[in-house]
Amino acid sequence: MGNEAPDVGRSAATPAVRIAGLRVVRGTNTVLDGLDLTIPAGQVVGLLGPSGSGKTTLMRAVVGAQIVAGGDVQVLGRPAGSPDLRARVGYVTQSPSVYKDLTVAENLRYAAAILHVDGAAVARALRQVDLTGFEGRMAGTLSGGELSRVSLSIALLGSPDLLVLDEPTVGLDPVLRRDLWALFARLRDEGASLLVSSHVMDEAARCDRLVLMRAGGVLADDTLPELLARTGAADADGAFLALVDAANAADTRGAAA
Amino acid sequence: MSPALTLATASRVLHQLRHDRRTLALLLGVPCVLIGLTAWMFVDTPAVVDRVGPVLVGFFPLLVMFIVTSVATLRERTGGTLERLMTMPLGRGDFVVGYALAFALVALVQAVLVVSWAVWVCGMDVAGPLWLVFLVAVLSAVVGCALGLAASALARTEFQAVQLMPAFVLPQILLGGFIMPRDELPQVLEWFSRVLPLTYAIDAMQQIAAGGGWAQVRGAIGVIALFIVGALVLGASTLRRRTA
Repeated sequence: MGNEAPDVGRSAATPAVRIAGLRVVRGTNTVLDGLDLTIPAGQVVGLLGPSGSGKTTLMRAVVGAQIVAGGDVQVLGRPAGSPDLRARVGYVTQSPSVYKDLTVAENLRYAAAILHVDGAAVARALRQVDLTGFEGRMAGTLSGGELSRVSLSIALLGSPDLLVLDEPTVGLDPVLRRDLWALFARLRDEGASLLVSSHVMDEAARCDRLVLMRAGGVLADDTLPELLARTGAADADGAFLALVDAANAADTRGAAA
Repeated sequence: MSPALTLATASRVLHQLRHDRRTLALLLGVPCVLIGLTAWMFVDTPAVVDRVGPVLVGFFPLLVMFIVTSVATLRERTGGTLERLMTMPLGRGDFVVGYALAFALVALVQAVLVVSWAVWVCGMDVAGPLWLVFLVAVLSAVVGCALGLAASALARTEFQAVQLMPAFVLPQILLGGFIMPRDELPQVLEWFSRVLPLTYAIDAMQQIAAGGGWAQVRGAIGVIALFIVGALVLGASTLRRRTA
């Protein structure tokens, strides 16, 4: 899995996300400042960067939950947040969006009603996140990792064309993380596009393409092999640090000039 | 909006309540205890219970449903569940009316229990028709629910949310004609009391306690219904697809 993304036949299609000049201002703080980014369809795209770099804000803009100050966000060829996108985009928030005072099955059944899917879809979504048998458990009694997988299964219910996953593997053990990345690759093979944020750099190898963010801007947007070749680094961590150092040096030079 | 999604939301809220037995016990038990206490206080003057009892039955639901929905909605706003729902094909009206339906049902159970308790255990005599007492109690609960939903937009934390009850509900109890007849209020306060929904619920209950029927209370009930529509629209308008 990983880097051998099937590019043929996909490149001509509408990109999953096309962002031009996106500006997000929160209070006096400019979170995203004129961000441009195209996320190709049919790939697992990793959104990496330190906390506070704007990953969550960018994802919220893609799902249409973020008030934006300017710029254009097109998702599956339509303006982000369009009513007809609501059934086609699956979104997993950073903290699990699950009712803790409902059972797992009740949580999924409510989402299934909203998405007009049946009980078979509920069973499939639970199987995909390896939670079959957890239907009757109260969500409040689940571990952090189980809860975040319930949240993920809700996003999978409607078989969305685009999945926007904000740190879906936080708090999971290595086995579960491997299984989830395998699931993401399988969903891609079935035609979905995925935008997955993470601050764990070793997950970069699982992505078809990487977007590195820093201070509200895109630092790099490339495949992992190309990033490694460009920076001469041995791994994603090293590549990211090399790019950050270079950007910091450029900032300093700019400030001095 | 779609009836199926409104009902799905109502059913989801009821399932949450069903799992929270302690909240349910408090919702149903506390009003009974308070009515019992009142009846005991006035054990030598049962006429007072007959006059005050129905009014209490009228504002308990508003008070309790306001607190419960303002906290429940605040949890949805801060916990991420509302954020995800707003990215899904769920209408804002489905959310608001779903909540109102669920709590109207709870209010109906509450009213049946409280009124039965008041009438058959505490000896409260309602001069007017009992079904009108139920109707006003349920409508008053829905007003409380819709107002709580809207007011929760003003709170950032649960501490703030519970403080909204004294801010929004206590003035209505003070000015609603229960503590002091409204025509004895200073003129400005009397005008103000006319734009408060609880005023009409208390007025209707006082009419029913005095032997009034549908003809005497339909005006007040109509005004309460308008308040419900207004509060639901206000509540829906505080739900945002996009937030900062």
